[in-house]
Amino acid sequence: MYAHWVLTALLAWPLFAAVVIWLAPERLAKHLALSASLVELALSIPLWWTFVPAAGMQLTQMFPWIPAWGIAYTVGVDGISLFLVLLTTFLVPLSVLGSYRYITKRERSFYALLLVLTTGMIGVFVALDLFLFYVMWEVMLIPMYFIIGVWGGDNRLYAAIKFFVYTMLGSLLMLVAILGLYVTVGARTGQYSFDYAHILANVGPLGPAAWWFFGAFFLAFAIKVPVFPFHTWLPDAHVEAPTAGSVLLAGVLLKMGTYGFLRFALPFFPAVALHPAVTTVIVALSLIGILYGGLVAMVQPDFKKLIAYSSVAHLGFVMLGIWALTLQSVQGALLVMINHGISTGALFFLAGMLYERRHSRLIAAFGGIAKVVPLLAAVLTIVSLSSIGLPGTNGFVGEFLILIGTYQTHPVAAVLATIGVIVAAMYLLGALQRVIYNPLDKHENEKLPDLSLRELAVLVPLLVGIVWIGVYPKPILDRMEPSARAFIQSVRPAAR
Amino acid sequence: MTHTAMDLVWLIPILPLLGFVLNGTLALVRPAAKTAVSVIGVSVLVAAFAVAVVVVRALVAAHPAAPVVFTYWQWMPVGTLQVNAALQVDPLSAVMLLVVTGVGSLIHIFSVGYMREDAGYARYFACLNLFVFFMLTLVLGASFPVMFVGWEGVGLCSYLLIGFWFNEQINADAGKKAFIVNRIGDFGFLVAMLLLFQHAGSLDFTSVFGTAPTVFRAGGPVITAITLFLFLGCTGKSAQIPLYTWLPDAMQGPTPVSALIHAATMVTAGVYLVARCNLLFALAPISSAVVAGIGALTALFAATIALKQWDIKRVLAYSTVSQLGYMFLGVGTGATVAGIFHLATHAFFKALLFLGSGSVIYAMHHAYHAIHSHEDAQDMRNMGGLKDYLPWTWVLMWIATLAIAGVPPLSGFFSKDEILGAAFARGGVQPVWYLFWALGLASALLTAFYMTRLMRYTFHGPNRTGEPARPHLHEAPWVMTGPLLALGALSALGGVLNLPALVGGGARLEHWLAPVTEAGAALLPAHEASRGTEWALIGVAVAVALAGMVGAFRLLQPEALLPARLAPAETGFARVLWRKWYVDELYDAVIVRPIQWLSREVLWKIVDVRLVDGAGVNGAAATSRALGWIGSKLQTGQVGFYVAVFVAGVLVVLRLAAR
Repeated sequence: MYAHWVLTALLAWPLFAAVVIWLAPERLAKHLALSASLVELALSIPLWWTFVPAAGMQLTQMFPWIPAWGIAYTVGVDGISLFLVLLTTFLVPLSVLGSYRYITKRERSFYALLLVLTTGMIGVFVALDLFLFYVMWEVMLIPMYFIIGVWGGDNRLYAAIKFFVYTMLGSLLMLVAILGLYVTVGARTGQYSFDYAHILANVGPLGPAAWWFFGAFFLAFAIKVPVFPFHTWLPDAHVEAPTAGSVLLAGVLLKMGTYGFLRFALPFFPAVALHPAVTTVIVALSLIGILYGGLVAMVQPDFKKLIAYSSVAHLGFVMLGIWALTLQSVQGALLVMINHGISTGALFFLAGMLYERRHSRLIAAFGGIAKVVPLLAAVLTIVSLSSIGLPGTNGFVGEFLILIGTYQTHPVAAVLATIGVIVAAMYLLGALQRVIYNPLDKHENEKLPDLSLRELAVLVPLLVGIVWIGVYPKPILDRMEPSARAFIQSVRPAAR
Repeated sequence: MTHTAMDLVWLIPILPLLGFVLNGTLALVRPAAKTAVSVIGVSVLVAAFAVAVVVVRALVAAHPAAPVVFTYWQWMPVGTLQVNAALQVDPLSAVMLLVVTGVGSLIHIFSVGYMREDAGYARYFACLNLFVFFMLTLVLGASFPVMFVGWEGVGLCSYLLIGFWFNEQINADAGKKAFIVNRIGDFGFLVAMLLLFQHAGSLDFTSVFGTAPTVFRAGGPVITAITLFLFLGCTGKSAQIPLYTWLPDAMQGPTPVSALIHAATMVTAGVYLVARCNLLFALAPISSAVVAGIGALTALFAATIALKQWDIKRVLAYSTVSQLGYMFLGVGTGATVAGIFHLATHAFFKALLFLGSGSVIYAMHHAYHAIHSHEDAQDMRNMGGLKDYLPWTWVLMWIATLAIAGVPPLSGFFSKDEILGAAFARGGVQPVWYLFWALGLASALLTAFYMTRLMRYTFHGPNRTGEPARPHLHEAPWVMTGPLLALGALSALGGVLNLPALVGGGARLEHWLAPVTEAGAALLPAHEASRGTEWALIGVAVAVALAGMVGAFRLLQPEALLPARLAPAETGFARVLWRKWYVDELYDAVIVRPIQWLSREVLWKIVDVRLVDGAGVNGAAATSRALGWIGSKLQTGQVGFYVAVFVAGVLVVLRLAAR
């Protein structure tokens, strides 16, 4: 029963809750949203035990939707998507709780949209029908557009439209590619279907068309990741988005890009994706992301922008790990996707908490506040250390696996990527110093309140994740391994 | 497996970790509970020392040929990569265990007195306990990645403690500099691990060292690269050329921190790493020569800077850099035991020197504080004649000075002599080692000189503290002087650890470490000096040490010194030394500022904002808007225009079709 319905329940429940919140009184909105997201979390937790690592794609459910066009509602998870689903259900309640003070206008709409967004995010990760996948991709786009555009900062409209148009550009091209695949595979097999397994099994060699299809998927996902030079929407979106928007944007939405590569772009078109020229370009872009993202992050005066550019660097590691295509590098990439959600999510929460206290995102507005808010400073330190990959925290395990795995196939790239470890220390410790250390020279900072219990409730689960994954990642790695292995085996021979 | 007392080894790192958790909690909720903090902070260390003694005794009794490995859980199991959370006990880690917990305990006790009045007392002890946890992880780890946990962890604690008084920018800057420079070294460590896994298929010490002689071709490029990258890590952590610049700045931290982290333990981690991997370095003669050469060069270079520093702690900092150079000369020569021996004796006498300087600074600080003066409490030009006010500190620091200068029969004499002897002997096989030996000898001369200078300016001659502050100068409380006494005894007698056969000793450390060093030593070219040569070398070394001390007494004139605020600026070559050969300025101009400029002015403002976002993204948006505008202009509403366009189109199509 649970195994059969859980994914559908995870998709339906937030939508239902969103409707309830829309109808409920304004003052109850946030509490209802919190309860609903906690129920969602509770629903998802048994997945941890229900999931059978060796069983591949599982917990599947299928209903015909538009049978005439071969469209069905098909969902399922494997070791690649499982933790992205769990990451989403884990981050949403924290985002709601983190918004309690930040969001003061149109609360009902905000929380309802947040829950619709939840459905969209989970839907993207569990959809096993390409049409459903595309619908979910758009479903998550629209609430995020409003979240940035309505509840964002001063320049929110520019950022929201940029985010929307940019993502839309990619996703429309992806739609064309999906339709192209649908027609090609349909013509070849006589069975027109958007079913993922059907297309994957019958896509075969496509000749030159594969380059166009791959290009369209690549653009859609590369914008989302974001891969240099498609990244400039990200700093704007992050800076303007409210805290919850930034957290989910960085924590979950960016992973849709890398997930798309793992699920679609590489398995469908391995010959193109692993073509030496393509590999070279992507490895180079990943390295640019790691090093360039880090160096540009270092000189940002705005704390949220700094975190945004650091995301470009982290996701560069993920891309590198995926394309290196060894067991360690792919598992490392999967783990960094989770880690980045936790650590960068925590950084955005902290940036939001600082903003709520000082109404400034500028690093220069702070300085020396460890004396005034020791608890906040301690948490910020731990989270920063995890983001720069200090051993003992989650950040190290993921990056180390990527580097070790990448070295086996792309040694020079692995060594260059390792330089990113130095750059990360440069940008984050520099910011940390200017925020919490140095002289306490601004009058406004002398009376800042330390973390409240609500804020601690947001941060402590993230800290637990940071230490747990850093010290004992085995349960997660074990659950990922068969799927990572299957991914590599499906892609590698086909590439030859 | 039978249970032995060695099973308790997990307790050794866990006790300080517990101390960190408790003191860290107190620091956040009850920072004023100083008594509880002291009890927790010190007792976990003393308990860890006690457990370490028990474990080492069990190791002595069992005397296993191979390291005893304790595996607790699988840390990173992915395919062929199997990294376990595992500790190992072997003779080398045993020596490090005793040094770290033993000297660490003494420094914790000293800190109770030194830091008592600081508002961040609980935070201080939390960080200090955490440091010991990571340091123990570093020396007990059974694989490169576990060691790396400790390796970066101690760097973190160093960062937190250097910037302990973080509201002054100079301290926060120094902490950040230490972390980032260390990260440059850590890059080397990481790359070495990537290479090791690729070529040896494992990162466990036992397995790597077991297969190394068959996997790696001696002198081949792979093993040379691995060892050079490892050594890059060492130059960061152990402050060698070119990455030494963070250590002198690290003196911004509280003085007991300088003693524990930046003299006795953390900075010796690189020496430990080379000693641990002595087999790998023995397979890579070029790397060994680099290690020994950089060590010898650093020893001399840092000693020259120490000659002209006025801040008492800076003298000791450069002295530490220099002494670490000796240790690398030792381990690079293949004299692993000598290197570890010097590591141990240096831990004793340098901890004593730093804590002694702590007593001095404590006295100076209180004296100036009592009269509300803001004079520099660390500048030797403000000291002089302190032997009358701090007699215990004076005597004990002289013991340490004689030890570091290499005066027999104090500890430093034996360990330094062993290193120089080994370097000279290897010169018989590879002449470049004669040069390294000469550099080492020259550094010994300078060491004796600058240490005597420090003692004379601080404790002898007229007092320059100033009339009003002078009555307030007095010896520190016993909680601080007690640990000095213990370290004094160790500095004086530490030589018995490894008395050479030459003077009728049993070379105990050498036999004890044999299981760790045998395999590597077997690969080195045989080089043995005759007894006559050894005696001659000892004669030269002692003569040089005495010359340095006598020189300092003859050349320096404490009577002519002026207090810091009246002193004239240094000129000429003295100024070059005082400004540390301008290396910091050089790095700043050649590396730091160009990277900042490139990132800000080029990558961000031009590439990102103008090109990618401006010309690319917003340019595309503007272009599509412009095209839309042109398109809208075509909608003229005049039928004649449409017909004309239509006809033109048809003609073009027909022309194309006709071809």
